[in-house]
Amino acid sequence: MTNRNTLIQLKAVSKTYGNLCALKSTTLDIPTGKTTVLIGQSGCGKSTLLRLIIRLITPTTGSITFEGNPLTEQNITTIRHRIGYVIQDGGLFPHLTARDNVTILARHLKHTKSDINRRLDELRELTPLPAHCLDRHPTQLSGGQRQRVALMRALFLDPDLLLLDEPLGALDPIIRSELQTDLRDIFLRLSKTVCMVTHDLSEAAYFADKIVLLQDGKIVQQGIFNDLLDRPADPFVTRFVNAQRGAISPSGATL
Amino acid sequence: MRTTHHQKVSRHGITNAAITTLAIATLAIQCHAADVSSEPVKIGSKTFTESVILGEIAAAMIESTGTRAIHRAEFGGTQILFQALKTDEIDLYPEYTGTITHEIFAGQNLKSLDDIDAALAKQNIKMTRPLGFNNTYALGMTRQRSSELGINTISDLKNHPDLRFGFSNEFLDRDDGWPALKKSYNLPQLNVAGLEHALAYRALQSGALDVMDLYTTDAEIAYYDLHALTDDRDHFPEYYAVYLYRTDLETRDSQAVTAISRLATTIDNPTMTALNARAKLDRVPEAIVANDFLNQTLDIEANRAVESRTAQIWRNTKEHLFLVSTSTFAAILVAIPIGVIASKRRKLGQALLAIVGILQTIPSLALLVLLMPILAAIGLRSVGDTPAIIALFVYSLLPIVRNTHAGLVGIPAPLRESADALGLSPMATLFQIELPLAARSILAGVKIAAVVNVGFATLGALIAAGGYGQPILTGIRLNDHTLILQGAIPAAMLAILTQTTFDILERFIVPAAPHK
Repeated sequence: MTNRNTLIQLKAVSKTYGNLCALKSTTLDIPTGKTTVLIGQSGCGKSTLLRLIIRLITPTTGSITFEGNPLTEQNITTIRHRIGYVIQDGGLFPHLTARDNVTILARHLKHTKSDINRRLDELRELTPLPAHCLDRHPTQLSGGQRQRVALMRALFLDPDLLLLDEPLGALDPIIRSELQTDLRDIFLRLSKTVCMVTHDLSEAAYFADKIVLLQDGKIVQQGIFNDLLDRPADPFVTRFVNAQRGAISPSGATL
Repeated sequence: MRTTHHQKVSRHGITNAAITTLAIATLAIQCHAADVSSEPVKIGSKTFTESVILGEIAAAMIESTGTRAIHRAEFGGTQILFQALKTDEIDLYPEYTGTITHEIFAGQNLKSLDDIDAALAKQNIKMTRPLGFNNTYALGMTRQRSSELGINTISDLKNHPDLRFGFSNEFLDRDDGWPALKKSYNLPQLNVAGLEHALAYRALQSGALDVMDLYTTDAEIAYYDLHALTDDRDHFPEYYAVYLYRTDLETRDSQAVTAISRLATTIDNPTMTALNARAKLDRVPEAIVANDFLNQTLDIEANRAVESRTAQIWRNTKEHLFLVSTSTFAAILVAIPIGVIASKRRKLGQALLAIVGILQTIPSLALLVLLMPILAAIGLRSVGDTPAIIALFVYSLLPIVRNTHAGLVGIPAPLRESADALGLSPMATLFQIELPLAARSILAGVKIAAVVNVGFATLGALIAAGGYGQPILTGIRLNDHTLILQGAIPAAMLAILTQTTFDILERFIVPAAPHK
């Protein structure tokens, strides 16, 4: 059912490659203004789900709506302009400076220079990124700086939806925790609709308003984080939670 | 994120490369265009010394009437010259009656000069009266060997089936050549090899051959003390030298026609042999040989200039640059779009790559020869620059198409998807993201094409396109190693220079990221 509180809706969406089923028939709502976290082991279908939403791949069956409108080949470019997408290694273009990476779409859409510069300053303060980094190429930036630039690029047109595919996955722990804090502050300040993929339970717990656990291409359980702990829908949920808890049990602080 | 050095590419890369290539091409075209300003008489000659001397003599005669003459020496073989005459590429060239009857009009059984005149008239071509000498074929042996075996006539060869024969390739093929000779004399020899005429003399001298074909005015006959065997069955036709010219030259420049017609009956066999000897054995430039002959025989003040070595090298350089730059530039314009299409449509891409791959495998000489009738049929010049440039263009396609395709296909999926996810238009994605990322690979393809072209363009001399191949061919003809090097060294240097230029260009297009 479509309503004002749901930005993206997947109805019976599946994706198969030949004999390989990447996502079994899945129905899911992404609530407006909330952070939804997709979690699960490698190959569980969480990235597939994200890529379906921005139509880098098309569903084998089922339909996906954005504000109630089905995604089509015709409307996807316009809809993509309203979606920010960040992947694990940032996906920055190595031949462009950070500035050109961030502004490429706005320049393509012929935004004025002053608008672009104003937005650039806003985002640099928001993310935050030191000014001198803007004129560097991606290779001359640290991993954390690259992800901040990628986030600036994703946010440039003030999109309605942010899709983040393991955005912190490639960072070392200290940078990662720094960026986690900054990211959550940003999401809260902008009250954006965010859909994020991670395999890290503590990260999911830190960000999620709604958490969706996937296994073998299907959703095992969705709800708030405590539901996974207190009302596991399946023995796998408990196994998954315990495995991750075990890994960080000496302090146990984040859980 | 991980980035390899290969991916640091300026977005201006492609444009820079294109502009540079365009600039070189324009320069070359301008240099080239300067060569043909007024309306001179264009003379061609075959790729052996006698023909070059006759070309110079005609040029000197015409210049003595005040008209400019351009002699494109060593233009090519009979077919190429006759084709060039028909298509107005040249106005006249020296030919032999036997070649006209047995090669150009083979099978038409032309007997007399009148027959030849009539056949030529149908092609709008005229012929002067014979210049005097008869340069027919003969079979020759060293005098020592022939007296040892007691051979005086061609018939005498029948008793020596083990003799080793070495003939020029043309003689092996033509209808009055070896096959007919063998038949009319019933010769038994089986050991018959084809080789370059100039090399056959040396093979005969060293004893590697027993019998070779001779032209009766060859300077080497006297020089090597050869015995020209008597043609006791009158097998060989007469090869009187004449000039063939376009009928329209009479209306365009009647003085020029009068001038070359004056040369009839002025050169007898000993004279031609002496002229050949001066050019070939004494290494006197053909222009000087022609000047002196006209001065002494016809009392004409002839001033054919001998091109200085520097001028020759400079001219060859311009010609070579023109061939390489136009063909490479045209290939860039065509091959990059093909590479782009090939990378976007997988099935079509495989077909396109296969086609340019097949084109690449056509042997270069075969391609040049195959192109001639096709070009003539569509009204383009079938000799000279045009076929050479087209052949070079065809060979340049594969490396550029393949590298463009590989460069585009090799872009990491996350980058391609990031471009898609942004919602850029396909054109913007191509020009702002994909082509710059593939620039290094594309440039490498262009570099391969250009460097290979520099070497391959030397073959252009075979079809009168000039370039560094010209002195190499002349050097082989005159057995002059200096001349061969005069073509080979600049060609090698140009190849290295091209390579270096692209290496430097690459540094600008693919800049190394400065340190943090």
